Amino acid sequence: MPDLFVQGAALGALVFAAALAAVVRGPALAIVYPIAAVAAVALGVVDLGVLLQGGVLTARLPIGLPMIGFHLRLDSLSAFFGIVINGGVLATSLYGMGLDRVKDLTPRVEPLFPLFAAAMNLVLLADDAYAFLFSWELMSLASWALVVARHTSIDSRRAGHLYLVMAAIGTMALIFAFGGLAGPSGGYAFDTIRAHAPGPMIAVLVLTAALVGCGSKGGLIPLHAWLPLAHPAAPSHVSALMSGVMTKVAIYGFMRIAFDLLGPPAWWWSLPPIILGVITAVLGLLYAVFDGDLKRVLAYSTVENVGVIFVALGLALAFRANHQDAAAAVAMAAALLHILNHSWFKSLLFLGAGAVLHATGRRDLAGLGGLIHRMPRTAVFFLIGALSISALPPLNGFVSEWLLFQSVLAAPAMPQTTLNFASPAIGAMLALAAALAAACFVRVYGIAFLGRPRSEEAAHAHEVPLIQQVAMGGLALLCILGGLFGAVIVAGLAPVLTALVGSGLPNSGAGPTPFSLIAFNAARSVYDAPVIALFVAIASLTTLAVVHRLSERRTRRGPAWDCGFPDPSPTTQYTASSFAQPLRRVYGAALFSARESVVMPPPGDTRPARFSVTLVDVVWATLYARPGRAVLRLSERLNALQFLSIRRYLVLMFAALVILLSIATVMT
Amino acid sequence: MTAEFVIQLLAQGTQMFMVLLVAPLAVGVVRRVKALLMRRQGAPLLQGYRDLSKLLHKESVVADSASWLFRAAPSLIFALTWVAAALVPSFASGLMFNWAADVVALVALLGAARALLALAGMDVGTSFGGLGSSREMMIATLAEPAMMLIVLTLALAAGTTRLAGVADFFIAEPLAVRVSLALSLIALIIVALAENARIPVDNPTTHLELTMVHEAMILEYSGRHLALIEAASYLKLVLYLSLLICLFAPFGMAPATAGLGGWAIGLVAWVAKLLFGAALLGVWEVSIAKMRVFRLPNFVGVAFVFGFLAILLAFLSRGVVE
Repeated sequence: MPDLFVQGAALGALVFAAALAAVVRGPALAIVYPIAAVAAVALGVVDLGVLLQGGVLTARLPIGLPMIGFHLRLDSLSAFFGIVINGGVLATSLYGMGLDRVKDLTPRVEPLFPLFAAAMNLVLLADDAYAFLFSWELMSLASWALVVARHTSIDSRRAGHLYLVMAAIGTMALIFAFGGLAGPSGGYAFDTIRAHAPGPMIAVLVLTAALVGCGSKGGLIPLHAWLPLAHPAAPSHVSALMSGVMTKVAIYGFMRIAFDLLGPPAWWWSLPPIILGVITAVLGLLYAVFDGDLKRVLAYSTVENVGVIFVALGLALAFRANHQDAAAAVAMAAALLHILNHSWFKSLLFLGAGAVLHATGRRDLAGLGGLIHRMPRTAVFFLIGALSISALPPLNGFVSEWLLFQSVLAAPAMPQTTLNFASPAIGAMLALAAALAAACFVRVYGIAFLGRPRSEEAAHAHEVPLIQQVAMGGLALLCILGGLFGAVIVAGLAPVLTALVGSGLPNSGAGPTPFSLIAFNAARSVYDAPVIALFVAIASLTTLAVVHRLSERRTRRGPAWDCGFPDPSPTTQYTASSFAQPLRRVYGAALFSARESVVMPPPGDTRPARFSVTLVDVVWATLYARPGRAVLRLSERLNALQFLSIRRYLVLMFAALVILLSIATVMT
Repeated sequence: MTAEFVIQLLAQGTQMFMVLLVAPLAVGVVRRVKALLMRRQGAPLLQGYRDLSKLLHKESVVADSASWLFRAAPSLIFALTWVAAALVPSFASGLMFNWAADVVALVALLGAARALLALAGMDVGTSFGGLGSSREMMIATLAEPAMMLIVLTLALAAGTTRLAGVADFFIAEPLAVRVSLALSLIALIIVALAENARIPVDNPTTHLELTMVHEAMILEYSGRHLALIEAASYLKLVLYLSLLICLFAPFGMAPATAGLGGWAIGLVAWVAKLLFGAALLGVWEVSIAKMRVFRLPNFVGVAFVFGFLAILLAFLSRGVVE
C-alpha cells in the first residue's frame, strides 16, 4: 500500500511540474526535467519492487463516474510496463536537461512533457474501463499537443490532424471493446470483467476492437499512417518518448485485454495479430529503407518492431490456447524482452537523431555524413543502438530475436494445421525483417555518420552537452548489458510470465553457466552471450597481439584509392537513395510500384542528366487517400443542403418525419 | 575431472586452431582446381598462406577520411568469423563450447561480421564502398529467409537447434534418404554460395566495377587490415563447408563420448571432406558464369522455394496433415 502512495506522490509531482511550467516562462521552464527525472526514478523503483516481490496493489479513489469510481491496480504486468516507461522518461528527462535554456525551451512543450509521462503511468494503473480510457485519452491529447508544438510548420499541422483522427478512431474502438467486455450488466471494473469472461462471439468483437484500438496507437499496418508523420514532428526527446515508450502503452492495452480480461483464448485468436504483425514487420522496414529522413526512418522502424512484438504475442496466444506452457512462455518472454529492448534502443536512436538535428540543423540523410569525426561520442552510442536494433549479437536486440525464433521453431508442434503451415512463412518473414533491419541501419549509420560530410552544416557539427551524452550513454550501456545478461532479465520476468501464460521460462538458470539463455531445455537450444562475447574478445585480442608482433606495424595516411579514380567532391559518395537502390529493385517494384527514370539531354546539350525515382505508398493510396476522396466528394454533394430555401427545409423535415413514422409502424 | 577438463579444452583449442590452419589450404584447393580445369598452370596450393604473409608484411595505407571504425573493423570481423567457425562441429560433435551458440546464433554472428564489413566499406566515403555495401546487404536479405527455412527443417527433424545435437542425430540415424533433407541441402548450398561471394553470386577474382560486391567493400583496405579481412573470408568458406559436412555428411565425425582415437579419425575425415568440398566448389565455379546482380533474386529465390518445399514435405512425412 505505501508503494501506491509513492506512485501517487510521483504522479502528483509530474502534474505539479506541468502546472508550474504552465505559469512560468523562459529558462525557468527547464525545471520540469529534473522533477520528471526524480519522479521517473521513484515510479520505476516501486515498479521494480512490485515486479520482483510479486503481489498486487489496489486502491479505489472516490472520483470518476458515480457507481464505478476510479480503480487503481498495480500488478506484475503493469509494473513491468512501468519499468519500460519510466526508463524512457528518465533518459529523455536527462536529455531534456541538456537543452539550451534560451533557444530550445517553449511553453508549448515543457508543460506537456511531465503531463504526458504521468498519463502513460496512469494508463498502467487503471483498473476500470473509465479510468483506462480517461488516462488513455489524456496520453493521446498530451502527445498530440506535443506533435503540433511547432504549429508553424505545415508538416506538423498535417501530422497533428492525421494523428487526431486516428487517435479518435482508436479510442472509439477501445470503447466498443470495453463495452463488449462489460456486457449488458455494465460491470466496467476490471475485476468484474475478469469474473465474467464473455462468450466466443463477443470475444471476437472485443479482440478485433482491441486490435484496432491498440494497433492504431502502436502503429500496426494498415493503421500506422499517422505514426511516421507524428513521431518525427515532435521535439526529438519527445519523439523518443512517443516511439520508444508510448507504443508500448498501446501494446500493454492489447495484452491487458487479450491475456487478462478476455479469459482463456481460442487458438485462432492468434491469427490476426500474427498476420498483421508479419505484414507490419516487413512493410515497416521497407518503408524505412526507402525513406530519406533520419527521424522518419526511425519511426518506420518502430512500426516494424511493434509488428515483431505482435507476432510474438500472437504466438503466445496460440501456444497458451493449446496448453503448451513452455512454448507460450518462450514466445511471451520474447515479446516482453523485445518491448524492454526496443524501448532502450529506440529511445537511444531518437536521442541520437536529436543530437544530430541539434548539431547540424538537418535530419535529411542527403545532407549528413562524416559525423563520426565531429561527434565521436554520439557516433559510438548511435552505433551501439543501430547494431542492437539490427538484432546482432552480443547486443540486446538479438536476445529477444533469438527467443522469438525459438518459439517459431516450436510452432510445428501445435495441433492446428493452419499454424503448422504458417510457421515457415512466419519464420522466413521474420528473418527477412531482421536482414532488412540490418540493411536499414547500415544505411542510416553509413550515410549519416560515416563517409565525408555532404553539407556545410555536417562539416561543422559539434558534440552535444555532457548530460545528453550521459542520457545516450546510459541507454547504450543498457543495450550492452541487456545483450549479455538477457537470461537474468528473463528470469526476473518470471512473475509476469506466470501471470500471463501460466509459467516462467522452464529450465531458466539450469544451463552450463548462470547466464545461459535456455529455450525449452538445455539439450534443445542454448544461447550464452557472455561466453560468446568472451570468445570474441579473446579472439580479437589474440589477433591484435599476434598481428602486432608478426606484421609490419607502419600505417600511412593517404588519399582514398577508389579503384584509381578518387573524386574529392563529397557528392560522388553513395547517398541514402543510391544505397536503397538494390533493395528498391528487388522489393520495391511489386510492393511500391517503384519506377526509376533517367532524362538524358540530347548529345551536345550541356544540361546534366536527371535521375528520378517514384514510389507509391500502396497502403496510403488505397486505404486512406481513396476513402478520403470519397468522403470529400460526398460532402461536396451534401453541401447543397446548406443553401436551401426555408420551404424546402420544411419539406425535408416533414418527409423525414413521415419516413421515420412509417418505419416505426412497420417495425411494430 | 581436471584431466578430462584439460583434454576437452585442448580439443576445443584444436578446433579453433585447425579451422585457421586449414582455411588458406581450402581456398588454395579451389583456385588450383579451377586453374587445372581451365588448363592453366595455377598458383601453388599454399598460395593462400603466402598471400596472407605478404599482406602482413606490407605497410597499411589508410585513407585520410577513414575513422577509427575502419581500423577496428578488420580484427573484429576476423574474430567474429573465427569464433563462429570454431563453434561449428568439425571433427567432433561434443566439443566443450559448442553449446554456447546454436545455429540461429551462429547465423547472427556472421550477420554481425557482415554488418561491420558493410559499415567499414562506407567509412571512407567512396562510391565503390557504398556500392559493395548496399549490394551485400541486399543479398543478405535474400539469403537469410532461406537460411531460416533450412534451420526450421533441421530443427523439425532433429528436435534441436544446437549444431552438435543435429549432427549427433544424423550420425545416429544414418542414410535415411529424405526428400526434404535433399531439398534443404540444395538450398543450403545456394545460401553458402551467396554468403561466401562465390560464382554465380559474386566473383572473388574480379575487380570490374559493374559486378563487384565483396571486393568493392574492401577496396580501400591494404596491408595487415586486408590480411585479416581475407583470412576472415577464408574462414567463412571453411565454416560453410563444415556446416554442410556436419549436417549432411557427418560420417567419421567423433561423437561426444569418443576418446582421442575417435578424434584423430574425425580430424582426418573432416579435412578430407573439406578439401573434397573445396574441389567440388572449384568444378562448380568453372562450369557456370557470374550472374547479373539483379538476376540474383531468382537464383537465391530457388533456395527459398526449396527451403519452403523441404519444410512442407517434412510436415507431410511427419503425418501431421491427414
